[in-house]
Amino acid sequence: MTRILLPKAAQDVLREIGNIGSAHAATALSTILDHRVDMNVPLVELVEFDHVADLVGGPEEVVACVFLRVEGELSGNLFLILSISAAKRLIANLLPAVHEDVPFTAMEESALSEIGNIMAGSYLSSLATLTRLKLFPSVPSIAFDMAQSLLTIGFLTGAASRGYAMIIHTELASSPKDDHAHIFFLPDPGEENVLLKALGVEVEP
Amino acid sequence: MTVIVKVGMADAAVAHAPNVLRTLGLGSCIGIALYDPDVKVAGLSHIMLPSSEGHHDENPAKYANTGVPHLLEMMEREGAKRSRIKAKIAGGAQMFHSASLPEIARVGPRNVEAVRAILQSVSIEIIAQEVGGSIGRTVELDAETGLYHIKTAMASPYAV
Repeated sequence: MTRILLPKAAQDVLREIGNIGSAHAATALSTILDHRVDMNVPLVELVEFDHVADLVGGPEEVVACVFLRVEGELSGNLFLILSISAAKRLIANLLPAVHEDVPFTAMEESALSEIGNIMAGSYLSSLATLTRLKLFPSVPSIAFDMAQSLLTIGFLTGAASRGYAMIIHTELASSPKDDHAHIFFLPDPGEENVLLKALGVEVEP
Repeated sequence: MTVIVKVGMADAAVAHAPNVLRTLGLGSCIGIALYDPDVKVAGLSHIMLPSSEGHHDENPAKYANTGVPHLLEMMEREGAKRSRIKAKIAGGAQMFHSASLPEIARVGPRNVEAVRAILQSVSIEIIAQEVGGSIGRTVELDAETGLYHIKTAMASPYAV
């Protein structure tokens, strides 16, 4: 299997896309929580199927996951991933009483889904503005389960099928509890070229 | 000493007793467990999609239709006989539910159908099925006993 990471200039452009998208998402989260949210520099990585869940604690780590499918002039998958405890604390900022034990109540799910929607919307709208591409995200869908069982869907879309995917990964950290959230954007195979072209980067055929 | 052999996504492996085959976090994917009790040879395949048609991918373990014959051949090389092999399957869940999600979000149930069809076409009986729903599953196939151990995020582990 050949795996060619993109040239450095292209990586930098994609990292910048992740940076702008995530910064808007982080700002939205910070506004909702009314406290500070820090953000790491996004990473642009080629990740193999079996290692994607390692980015969020391992394949069996139980996480809260908001998923949006993006279609239009650019297709891909967007995930927002939080630990269960971080998700609970996040929701506690919005709802009067939060039940500590899993599973989540319908109201809690709805609140988390809405937070995911706002963050994903911020991410994608800044991406669309920057690239002038028309993006049509699906309604966000939420699930709580083993990380690997949820992230798999990100590897099933697109015409080509490979053993790995390109991921634009940003980690957010919200003080004071040091809660972490991850944003993964996985353009479908080949779609990274659409992004690069939209930003005027020459793509080798 | 028991060795636990890890089976990745779109991967397949065969083990002899007393070893164990394990694959983690099945969502819409299916863990196809095949077992020949006479020689205690176990095979586990982690398939992701129903059919290789239309895909230019050389990895047979990724698809139901190619994954089953591929695993059978691997087991036969280790002394298993097709006539003695029985199947247990787990996975095929639909993890996300939303009206506007594309067809691929419903690949789990299609995987289940495809696995049943291919097993039937090669005359392998399915003796246990832990499929569907919307839960992730980690599975372990014990080559000593043929037991298929299933672990989920919320419930206690059990074996079939």
